[in-house]
Amino acid sequence: MISANLAAIFYLVSGILFILALRGLSSPDTSRQGNYFGVAGMIIAIVVTFLSIGNFSTSLVYVVIFLVIGGAIGAFIAFKIPMTAMPELVAGFHSLVGLAAVFVAIAAFLNPAAFNLGNVGDIKLASLIEMSIGAAVGAITFSGSIIAFLKLRGIMSGAPITFSGQHILNLILGIGIFVLIFYLCKTQSTNIFWTVIIISFLVGVLLIIPIGGADMPVVISMLNSYSGWAAAGIGFTLENTALIITGALVGSSGAILSYIMCKAMNRSFVSVILGGFGADNSSDDKKEKKDQKSVKSGNAEDAAFLMKNASSVIIVPGYGMAVAQAQHALREMVDKLKKNDIKVTYAIHPVAGRMPGHMNVLLAEANVPYDEVFELEDINNDFANADVAFVIGANDVTNPVAKTDPKSPIFGMPVLDVEKSKSVLFVKRSLSPGYAGIDNELFYKDNTLMLFADAKKMTEEIVKNLD
Amino acid sequence: MEIDPFIFRLSIFILSIFIGYYVVWSVTPSLHTPLMSVTNAISSVIIVGAIIAALAGTSESIFNTSSIFGFIAIILAAINIFGGFLVTQRMLQMYKKKKNKKK
Repeated sequence: MISANLAAIFYLVSGILFILALRGLSSPDTSRQGNYFGVAGMIIAIVVTFLSIGNFSTSLVYVVIFLVIGGAIGAFIAFKIPMTAMPELVAGFHSLVGLAAVFVAIAAFLNPAAFNLGNVGDIKLASLIEMSIGAAVGAITFSGSIIAFLKLRGIMSGAPITFSGQHILNLILGIGIFVLIFYLCKTQSTNIFWTVIIISFLVGVLLIIPIGGADMPVVISMLNSYSGWAAAGIGFTLENTALIITGALVGSSGAILSYIMCKAMNRSFVSVILGGFGADNSSDDKKEKKDQKSVKSGNAEDAAFLMKNASSVIIVPGYGMAVAQAQHALREMVDKLKKNDIKVTYAIHPVAGRMPGHMNVLLAEANVPYDEVFELEDINNDFANADVAFVIGANDVTNPVAKTDPKSPIFGMPVLDVEKSKSVLFVKRSLSPGYAGIDNELFYKDNTLMLFADAKKMTEEIVKNLD
Repeated sequence: MEIDPFIFRLSIFILSIFIGYYVVWSVTPSLHTPLMSVTNAISSVIIVGAIIAALAGTSESIFNTSSIFGFIAIILAAINIFGGFLVTQRMLQMYKKKKNKKK
């Protein structure tokens, strides 16, 4: 058994190792080492916890058994999961952190003596506030992540679910949680504690259902942030430095990612949270206009011909590439182009896909070297010098309307200047508007050739035609 | 008057938010997905609370209401720790430079 002071120092060390783990992610070269720091921090925290309790009764055997069961499940998932399923995996993991926070809070409430927080019915006031906040945020994280998971997995429709009075209901429930926590502190009533948790579960569901599919990058980042704040709340309850540091790190990390995603869509965080964006609001007026405009469509042969005669090609991937799992075929196509001394780069919009960095992971999986992949601001000027822009599965992020039409819902959103390249190849299944429900002007430009097909099939055919 | 230990913990918390702010801004955007999976893994350090709760049972009753919640929380957090770190490692292995490229 080690003293509380020594344990606290070890927890501090593990907190610092977690900081280094995040620091490593500043470049792919240092990232793997960073991950090892993270693992080391975790091992230290767990071992120190065992040593500081020093209760090596039969309970310990069970703790180890449960640890191994959970670990085996986790390892199995980590090795089996396809990279295209990363967004739902992360959402699923968030829900587990949330639920674990709720359960630890419940355990502490039912047996406060084990945590030195007082006795049942006489828990220290500060601890009671901390654990109920931790439990409430954890519960919101859990149910919210479950909804996000179901939407990403396609089990639930990605369309926003809205009803009148939704926001007022959320507000009332939110205030209700605070009022109940206030009474909980006065009465120490178990029933009120349970009620707080149940209402928080409800709030989590209500918070996420109105948010549509393409806003998912914001939702995932936001839930990431919540899971951190929940952990920090529990950290205060347990007076554990490692948990407080980690909670703060994760909380601010998620918040920053949410901010980056909102900025990339030129939308305020509040408008994303209030939801309802992307509902089908395309009027008949718009549809009539569409019929009058003409579209040039081509086949794989035309596309292969255009690219063969190009000297530089920029590829713009989007969610459609992930859905069609076209990343490997795409890499094959690029290899062929490179053999013909054609310069190929990739342009990635921050909100392409369903989570931050989604496209980068898929391209990395297909063995695309990361120094050929560029972010929006680094590559946007290159489109003017490119011969071909190959848009595969992206739509709204290329729409020039965002720069020209102040009335458009996406006006002001930073977009890729795809239309500046000499010709644009646009792989898409149909002319249907993208998530924002607006028509893409790019379809009707003279230098655009539409390739109507599934992203993977089309890319494979182009590969054949490149020979 | 003595300073409440809570204030010290609050100070650690606030300073950590600032550290998080600067560290996360320096993360390259192409690694944002691994960032999310690794933050997931490290926030599961909440397992220390679960272990304390689970070990609080007496030798007569290893499984009381409180410790059962602890045991379940151990499973949940362990899934996250192993799953989170391993999937992050799997992703990071894929990020390669041109010279290391296979083929």
